[in-house]
Amino acid sequence: MMARVRRRDGIEFSKLYSFVCCKVDKWRPEVGGPGFTRVVYCKEPEGSEAMMNNYPNNYVRTTKYTLVTFLPKSLFEQFRRVANFFFLITGTLAWTKFAPYTAVSAAIPLIVVIGAAMIKEGIEDCQRYRQDVEINSRKVQVHVGNGNFVYTKWKNLKVGDVVKIKKDEFFPADLLLLSSCYEDAICYVETMNLDGETNLKLKQGLEVTSEFNSDDSFKQFRAIVRCEDPNAHLYSFVGTLELEGGQYPLSAKQILLRDSKLRNTDYVFGAVIFTGHDTKVVQNSTAPPSKRSSLERKMDRIIYLLFLIVFSMAAIGSIFFGIWTKDDLENGTMKRWYLRPDNSTIYFDPKRAPLAALCHFLTTLMLYGYFIPISLYVSIEIVKVFQSMFINQDIHMYYEDADRPANARTSNLSEELGQVDTILSDKTGTLTCNIMEFVKCSIAGRAYGHGVTEVERAMARRKGPPVQQTKANSYDHLDNSGEAKPVIKGFNFYDERIMNGNWVHEPRPDVIHLFLQLLALCHTAVPDVDENTGKISYETESPDESAFVVAARELGFEFCQRTQTTISVRELDPLSGEKIRRVYQLLNILEFNSTRKRMSVIVRQEDGKLILLSKGADSVMFERLTKKKGWDFEDATKAHVNEYADAGLRTLILAYRELDEEEYKNFNQRFNAAKNAIGADRDDLIEEITETIEKDLVLLGATAVEDKLQNGVPECIDKLAQAGIKIWVITGDKLETAINIGFACRLLRQKMKQIIISLETPDIQEIEKAGDKLDISRASANSVLHQITQGWQMVDVSKENPEEEFALIVDGKSLTYALGADMKDMFLKLALGCSSVICCRSSPKQKALVTRMVKLGTRKTTLAIGDGANDVGMLQEADIGIGISGVEGMQAVMSSDVAIAQFCYLERLLLVHGHWCYRRISTMICYFFYKNIIFGFSLFLYEMNTSFSGQPAYNDWFLSLYNVFFSSLPVIALGVFDQDVSPKICLKYPMLYQEGVQNVLFSWTRILGWMFNGFSSAIMIYFLSTKALEPQAFNAQGHTAGRDILGATMYTSVVWAINLQMAISFSYYNAIQHICIWGTIAFWYFFMVVYGFLNPVRSTTAYKIFIESLAPSPAFWLLTLFVSITTLIPYFTFSAIKAKFFPMYHQWILRQISKEGRLANKENRSRDHGS
Amino acid sequence: MSSTNNAPPSTAAASKRPKYSKFTQQELPACKPILTPRWVISAFMLISIIFVPIGVAALFASRDVIEIVDRYDSVCVPANETDKVKYIQTPGFKTCNRTLTVPKHMKPPIFVYYQLDNFYQNHRRYVKSRNDQQLRDSKEANSVSGCKPEDYNNNSAIVPCGLIAWSLFNDTYSFSRKNVPLNVSKKDISWKSDREHKFGKDVYPQNFQSGSLIGGAKLDSSIPLSEQEDLVVWMRTAALPTFRKLYGRIEVELQENDVIDVTLGNNYNTYSFNGKKKLVISTTSWLGGKNDFLGIAYLTVGGLCFFLAVMFTIIYLVKPRQLGDPSYLSWNRNPGWH
Repeated sequence: MMARVRRRDGIEFSKLYSFVCCKVDKWRPEVGGPGFTRVVYCKEPEGSEAMMNNYPNNYVRTTKYTLVTFLPKSLFEQFRRVANFFFLITGTLAWTKFAPYTAVSAAIPLIVVIGAAMIKEGIEDCQRYRQDVEINSRKVQVHVGNGNFVYTKWKNLKVGDVVKIKKDEFFPADLLLLSSCYEDAICYVETMNLDGETNLKLKQGLEVTSEFNSDDSFKQFRAIVRCEDPNAHLYSFVGTLELEGGQYPLSAKQILLRDSKLRNTDYVFGAVIFTGHDTKVVQNSTAPPSKRSSLERKMDRIIYLLFLIVFSMAAIGSIFFGIWTKDDLENGTMKRWYLRPDNSTIYFDPKRAPLAALCHFLTTLMLYGYFIPISLYVSIEIVKVFQSMFINQDIHMYYEDADRPANARTSNLSEELGQVDTILSDKTGTLTCNIMEFVKCSIAGRAYGHGVTEVERAMARRKGPPVQQTKANSYDHLDNSGEAKPVIKGFNFYDERIMNGNWVHEPRPDVIHLFLQLLALCHTAVPDVDENTGKISYETESPDESAFVVAARELGFEFCQRTQTTISVRELDPLSGEKIRRVYQLLNILEFNSTRKRMSVIVRQEDGKLILLSKGADSVMFERLTKKKGWDFEDATKAHVNEYADAGLRTLILAYRELDEEEYKNFNQRFNAAKNAIGADRDDLIEEITETIEKDLVLLGATAVEDKLQNGVPECIDKLAQAGIKIWVITGDKLETAINIGFACRLLRQKMKQIIISLETPDIQEIEKAGDKLDISRASANSVLHQITQGWQMVDVSKENPEEEFALIVDGKSLTYALGADMKDMFLKLALGCSSVICCRSSPKQKALVTRMVKLGTRKTTLAIGDGANDVGMLQEADIGIGISGVEGMQAVMSSDVAIAQFCYLERLLLVHGHWCYRRISTMICYFFYKNIIFGFSLFLYEMNTSFSGQPAYNDWFLSLYNVFFSSLPVIALGVFDQDVSPKICLKYPMLYQEGVQNVLFSWTRILGWMFNGFSSAIMIYFLSTKALEPQAFNAQGHTAGRDILGATMYTSVVWAINLQMAISFSYYNAIQHICIWGTIAFWYFFMVVYGFLNPVRSTTAYKIFIESLAPSPAFWLLTLFVSITTLIPYFTFSAIKAKFFPMYHQWILRQISKEGRLANKENRSRDHGS
Repeated sequence: MSSTNNAPPSTAAASKRPKYSKFTQQELPACKPILTPRWVISAFMLISIIFVPIGVAALFASRDVIEIVDRYDSVCVPANETDKVKYIQTPGFKTCNRTLTVPKHMKPPIFVYYQLDNFYQNHRRYVKSRNDQQLRDSKEANSVSGCKPEDYNNNSAIVPCGLIAWSLFNDTYSFSRKNVPLNVSKKDISWKSDREHKFGKDVYPQNFQSGSLIGGAKLDSSIPLSEQEDLVVWMRTAALPTFRKLYGRIEVELQENDVIDVTLGNNYNTYSFNGKKKLVISTTSWLGGKNDFLGIAYLTVGGLCFFLAVMFTIIYLVKPRQLGDPSYLSWNRNPGWH
């Protein structure tokens, strides 16, 4: 919690409110070093030392409120909004003498509005609570002494407890794996709930604890664990185990995380390390980032404007009131004697006129509070709940194959989806499927594999006769579907020369042998043998890895078993030509991470030889190759790698090295020491040591896997580009790969001019070889600046010619410099001048930085879309984060605002849902201001005729129910249902989307226009009503119209005017909208009748008003008809003129379509006549 | 909402596939009107077709009403009296005679009104200064909350309390034609619901106008409030500072050029706040009293709509839209509101 607050310091003012500041900083430096203070006494959770630690219990609460805190906390949440706070104050003041109306009537709408919002909160929280109870009462076996295990509820677990988990059970807390049913203490874990990955992960206990694998063995068990403090890093753990005098290092490998599941293992024993809110999964669960849409921020500004209007009106009124009040008593003579100014209360006392005016200011503030739409927030919330439901329920965004519908995780951004200016997209898994297929390889300088990739096809198309690009519905995947699908998932390789054991006849069988061995050995996959068929499938950490082991299997090196220390491979013996099973001693795994960009294993072959097998990205591998001229196919391999990259493939370089015993021993010692080290610099230490052994590698070859484009990606990108949305692709790929993918997904087009900013130039490389770091950075910076300037000149020159399009391609290194403070603006300017931008070789941090640059630099709405953990920063940084619920787990989805299953759904999400939501919300807000200004201003106008005394024109209950009953439903219906055009047309005319990007519907002119409409309507209603009703008789019976009749008539006119206004602003009517509008008007009459029958003490001026006075009088009906129609005429005329001369795009489209329709009809008719 | 589930029922349970319904897919049947010129012109035409006849009818109704208005506040103060306020505040009944000529034949019922000007019956202090409980219930005579400073007199509650009642209008009018008195009926001049429900039949004035400062009229304490119709009319406060209230009804016909002598009791003080007082004698039509405003307004707007309809027709004929030119798009010029 603290960490999060710190990160957002200064941005999230609201967060600071929420009591976090009272929390004690947990990162106090203490014994055992900062961050590593935890001591766990296994089996002694209630020992005196253990009690001192005071760790939390295992109850995990995900609810926002408890029974006790619900009321204060949720009320606090509600009143944090300025408008609600204002109403709280006026509501409180209503109980004093200041109030111009009765207190109860003022409180009711506030209670209704706040109550509705709180009930919504309450229901949501209740569901969470029910889930909590279910989870916390699950049962687990815990050790109670003497080797006895009994069942207890999860919530009763304490730190130090030893528990026994059975197959397919969830872990109740973060456990230290002690032993399992297997001798080597391994177990398999499914982490679906943590990261969404369905593959099994291997965990392994320490050898020293592996013998404690029966209930009885725990009689003697005593151990102390010292480890890190609770933190959110799911994949790391640092600690030591003290057992029988020895100290043993612990890593994430021994940790079983809460919410993951035991699989393929009969039982395990574990010691509870972290409980409840200390567990990593709970620490990791951040609330979805609270983002507010730009529309709402603007709305706040408008509310402030309204406050300003209210305050100034109140001030004007009070000044006049003060003057007139003072005037009432001059030297003891009363002017308006009937007010008894000589004997007055403070509120009307002429002797203390300034004070009276001040009090009056409060009174009128309450009265003009009707300017502020009290129900605006709650209405918007209700509408947004519907909008996210529509997104979630949209069948067109449901992905059949993965059974995943769209999921709007935060509902408060739906209108922002209609205003996206720039999309920043990840590539792998977002534009592509992230299903890797092994298609090609280069071994010993010879290229193998005949497959044709999609990018190659795109290139062929590009070079061939020009194809109509925008031809609708020419879906590529339809063309492809005819092809024979690869029979084996992840393997699309075909080459006679090395398949079926033919590789032994190739020129370098020794290299090929090593190459295939490496594929079979250098990985972290777990084989899963199907007991019935004997077939082996693999559980892997990444799809690439799976492609490799599958390829190795298909090429004759079948990886079939893994234990903690060995890997067994069924392989073809080149000498005998038979399949034999070989067991390799697995000595070390040097794991993959994004900075190392490589992974190695050290194995001992059956003949005792030690080898290091390594695979990694070309950027890191080539520089680690041996300089000794051994095998001279480095250049050929490089050429192949470039070729593969051109074809849009992901490449890895494979290399090996033989180790001698001495070197290995030395390394192993230091490596283990580093692994056992506790402290923040452990990772650096390990990296330093691995660096010493991963050198002088001998090249074997390169692999190329294809990541296929997702269905419909090119079409979708095309549509989004047509909608005027700029698309940036930020990828970790190589420059060439990125460019080719760019072509394949139509981000780059042939006629575009490419501006490439790269540091892979010869002179820079020269300097790099020299190796002076300062020189390198200076030269690089200069070079990047130069390239940016050049690019900008090109763009600048062609400004006159809008036909010319540019594409900017930047590589990661240059990006580092381009994002620097001095070049940022220049770079952004250049990037904005280009229609497509591709950043390649970029790190997760750069992704977030680019996003921030675009967001802050353009001040327009940015949308980030990604699927992997490396996109999380980007998703959180952008105005809207879209997660693709794909193969790479749920991390991205967890931090996204909307999750979709496929990239191509973005089209519908933005162009249809986004467009509608934007349109609905903005129209709704404008209308809200309009309707409240009509009402508030008519009150003010009446005030002018009551010598600003603060007497409302309407009955108290008419006043208070206006916002809740007589004007709310139609506008909510508008927010939920309105559609300017059908989804088909939204997609057919993507330009329509620009309405949102340019914020046409929520521009200040439009807002002020609506406000003006409100003011003018109020003036019309007031003057027409008063002029027509006063002072003559109101009916044939000679009665004149008093305050009651004038008020009710004006109110009726207001109700009609706002609802009719709503009706003519709809562009879409369904039955519910009709019911809402006409129902509201009917309800008003119904209300007048019912309220009129109440005791006159309650209903006061409304007593029998409708039945007795209004309904029998033709004047009432004629006047309301006249006023309500007349107030609409200006708006109607205006929109008619606008539709004629300055149509909105959707109106233009509709006109065109209806015209086409008419023509078609005419043709049909004439044909009918002819026949 | 008709919800048809087109997913096979067997998989529907396990699958997360959204269930199809017209509501969730936003495909509810709806009509989508477009603001076409034809629509615009017909709407304007329709309005003018409806409004013009109504306007004519309303105007006729207003013209049928015969109204005599006589301002008497300044003429009823003797010319030698410089301080009008002092004059009106001196005790005693101040009579004044006025002569009115009937311009046209007036059919009964003929209504007699008094019209005050610059009198803020809608002032918040004034409006609130009454107690509805007390007015309708004899047991609630002591409920005087909100009536200050006219709540108690000599420590006993005033019925009816409050400023409104206290300042009851007390000018009187009596009419005669050719020395034959014209009877002015005071019955049923108030709203029925007021008489029957807001003012009690067993509530009698108490302690009223007995203080040092006398406001307006006094009440006969032997008549229940519900029958004191002047008070009932007065207590239904006016909306605007210029207002008329019903004084009574003349139930005989008045012929054209009849001369009516009015004997006024000029007692009510409007002089201190420069308010006018007028006597109004008027008939009514189905639309109420004489006021051309509504008729003229209807005619104006009806005419305006007709004009607009014509204008739009002309524009439409002269300058039909060039189709297929997206440079028309509003945001290519400047963003406006729709």
